Amino acid sequence: MGEAPLSKIIVMTSGKGGVGKTTSSAAFATGLALRGFKTVVIDFDVGLRNLDLVMGCERRVVFDFINVINGEAKLSQALIKDKRIDNLYVLPTSQTRDKDALTAAGVERVLNELAKDFDYILCDSPAGIERGALMALYFADHAIIVTNPEVSSVRDSDRILGVLASRSRRAEQGLEPVTQQLLLTRYDPERVERGEMLKVDDVLEILAIPLLGVIPESQAVLRASNVGMPVILDESSNAGQAYTDAVGRFLGEDIEHRFMAPQKKGLFSRFLRRSA
Amino acid sequence: MSIFSFFRSAPRPSAVQAKERLQIVMAHERAGRAGPDYLPMLQQELLAVIAKYIDIDQNKVEVKLDRGSDCSTLELNIELPAREQLKSAMAAVRKPETKAGGDGLKAGAPLASSEDKKRH
Repeated sequence: MGEAPLSKIIVMTSGKGGVGKTTSSAAFATGLALRGFKTVVIDFDVGLRNLDLVMGCERRVVFDFINVINGEAKLSQALIKDKRIDNLYVLPTSQTRDKDALTAAGVERVLNELAKDFDYILCDSPAGIERGALMALYFADHAIIVTNPEVSSVRDSDRILGVLASRSRRAEQGLEPVTQQLLLTRYDPERVERGEMLKVDDVLEILAIPLLGVIPESQAVLRASNVGMPVILDESSNAGQAYTDAVGRFLGEDIEHRFMAPQKKGLFSRFLRRSA
Repeated sequence: MSIFSFFRSAPRPSAVQAKERLQIVMAHERAGRAGPDYLPMLQQELLAVIAKYIDIDQNKVEVKLDRGSDCSTLELNIELPAREQLKSAMAAVRKPETKAGGDGLKAGAPLASSEDKKRH
């Protein structure tokens, strides 16, 4: 166990869908637990539950977040303990209800109860800026903005930054603002070099928030979700290593960014690429 | 890759265009986020002023907004009834960030455009 955490409630958000929020939530929560912090990751995507699949606990869901909010189950009954990692818990959401089931009072009560027991509460936000996304970010102390180097994702991330600055609890109550970091995912250094993809620096210049990490485009991400394993556990993959680095940076360590330049290719693979 | 492409100037990388487009659209979105969206109100009030002097058809009003990186244009196109005495009726109205240039009548004789490309 390291030093006392600075912030407890983290939201993984993006505005745009399909950029890697759930993949990143699963990886990040696992990374924090691997560091010894008792961590719970909550699925806020009511009606479109998927965190359970990515975490590989889909067959163990009995009660969910909404059941707890409605008083139909106890928190301890809904929490699923990860089988691989100590200190890691998943709170799945309902697959049948809709997002109106998320009431601010209900979410607050569950978060307060979790805060007594956990070092970190990671909220996996749904896409959009509707109720589910608003509830996921409302109580956050820290926001990780998941962005792809692509125009619609960057624009939506900026929109979410605006929402965090105006509609979060911290904004409404005039407290210290929610701290924010950028997690740039699906980064392809070769396309960047060819001028086909926005550079890290471009995105940083536009969004103007600190960089938490760059996750390279990687086949390991799909392989990991296929088998219900957070990609951070694939220690041989670039993406897994990049998430491990990002978790270290989140905890205040000074870790150099990797995987931002094209990998050096041998003569043989260069030749293969040319002729392909 | 043909030998001719060597002589052509390289096209601008698409990533550069992506960045420029984002910077422009997001500068405006951020500016608009702070205050209320005044455009609909501005349009209504301008029309009310014009309607005080000229009989205009509300359905024949066209509002165009073009946002650039250093200059935005608000264009109000109002179709006036075909009467000779209206020729000098329209004048440019300015706002800090946007400007309105009344320019043109479609019914009746066309008038000289009062469009003003002055930059802010």
